[in-house]
Amino acid sequence: MKSGSNLEKVLTAGHFAVTGECGPPRSADGSKVRDKAKYLKGYVDSVNVTDNQTSVVRLSSLAGVLLLQQEGVEANMQMVCRDRNRIAIQSDILGAAALGVKNLLCLSGDHQRFGDHPESKNVYDLDSIQLIQTVKMMRDEHRLISGQEMEEGSEPRLFIGAAVNPFADPFEYRVHRLAKKIAAGVDFVQTQCIYNMPKFREYMRQAHDMGLTEKVFVLAGITPMKSLGMANYMKKSVPGMDVPDEVIARLRGVDKKKYAEEGIKIAVEQMQEMKEIPGVAGVHLMAIEWEHMVPEIMEKTGFLPRPQV
Amino acid sequence: MIVGERKPLSEIFDMIGEAKKILIVGCKGCVTVCNAGGSKEVGILASIVRLARKKEGAPIEVDEMTLERQCDPEYIETLADRIGDYDLILSMACSIGPQYIAGRFPEARVFPALNTTFMGGSLEHGVWAEFCQACGDCKIHLFGGFCPVARCSKSLFNGPCGGSSGGKCEIDKNVDCVWHLIVTKLMEQGELDRLNQVKPLKNWLTSRDGGPRKIVREDLKL
Repeated sequence: MKSGSNLEKVLTAGHFAVTGECGPPRSADGSKVRDKAKYLKGYVDSVNVTDNQTSVVRLSSLAGVLLLQQEGVEANMQMVCRDRNRIAIQSDILGAAALGVKNLLCLSGDHQRFGDHPESKNVYDLDSIQLIQTVKMMRDEHRLISGQEMEEGSEPRLFIGAAVNPFADPFEYRVHRLAKKIAAGVDFVQTQCIYNMPKFREYMRQAHDMGLTEKVFVLAGITPMKSLGMANYMKKSVPGMDVPDEVIARLRGVDKKKYAEEGIKIAVEQMQEMKEIPGVAGVHLMAIEWEHMVPEIMEKTGFLPRPQV
Repeated sequence: MIVGERKPLSEIFDMIGEAKKILIVGCKGCVTVCNAGGSKEVGILASIVRLARKKEGAPIEVDEMTLERQCDPEYIETLADRIGDYDLILSMACSIGPQYIAGRFPEARVFPALNTTFMGGSLEHGVWAEFCQACGDCKIHLFGGFCPVARCSKSLFNGPCGGSSGGKCEIDKNVDCVWHLIVTKLMEQGELDRLNQVKPLKNWLTSRDGGPRKIVREDLKL
């Protein structure tokens, strides 16, 4: 075991994993995170805690992870390169591991222009792939970037994750970038929200043909649509998001009051389909500010109870 | 001006590899002024390359050319009829030059012979220093005419920090502490109280942090 995290155990044992997501509040109110834990505990194998997602200031991902773990929910700490240089990155990794964090998702991070502090400086001292490499070096070679060594047993034991977007351009290069993340040392990847299933199948076919799915656990990203407005917004305004017309049409085809219900139905069907795609090791369920629907969604997928490993 | 410095020869020879015919392109702009990439420096580099390769028994044909500027499409265009004759192009402009050449001629293999070092000026013959970081929102008038963004190692707006010593910066005793200059100047002018207010947070949107920048002057467009 690289980290001994629940997520690692579930995946290594060959179970179809399910991860969830929890966005911390824009305040110091930790009870918001504890409340969300109730809807996730026992329903998913590990929960991502976002790191100032969309560049909006929130309670830190490390604090969010600790709050969840205090509630008995294993968490996956997201870390972006936007806000920290290599000194802070390594320091936060050491601190997080010391406090019981076992999964770390390495991200470049959204540009700060998207957020509530567009006038801030950005750092990007490392990029996401260099971050993966750094965490792997710290874990497996017991070394910091400087060459400073850590005693055996004092290194951060982390299950290393990353994000991939099969729908960004150029499409042909996407699978090669996944290969690069694998070469850098990633253990699992979670994808961008998937709505275009044929295109995702093609991406997975390419990854499978290149032998990549034997080297990394791929968790397919699922975000249920709450409304037609959300679907339209994601189609038109979110960069790198591919929402086919059929998905919009399907939502439009139901009564206005049933958009959410239909959105969940689509998500459940997708999750079940994902289980049949070669190389897909699990799903990453991002019910954005909709965590309380996770129990219902998970009941419908038939993926309960979660494996005890 | 943009100040540049020729790369170490070992790096340039690695770029050239086994090429048999190359073109070294200089620029008559900033890099001529700072003696890094004008026609004189093009000539020197070309001679060094020819001699070294001859000594190795692997002679190379090196042509020389110096453009008015390498940051203007019309001058880059003058390369059009000869660009295909070379295994590679070595640009001695700041990094803007090789990027223009690469963008205009997709088939060309272009390499930078200089490191683009900073925006600055000469202090004395043979010495240049950094003065500006192009943050896009100049505020030097608030600091006695000195720039804390480019010239303070921490880009402090409310300096000097505790590391200022004898007018020098804590990172290196050869680096002036710009905050020492700012304070001294304002003291001499009897305007030290202008520093009393806490300077507000800077808006970095106009700087590189806000993404690649562009200026569009409608009044000048054809």
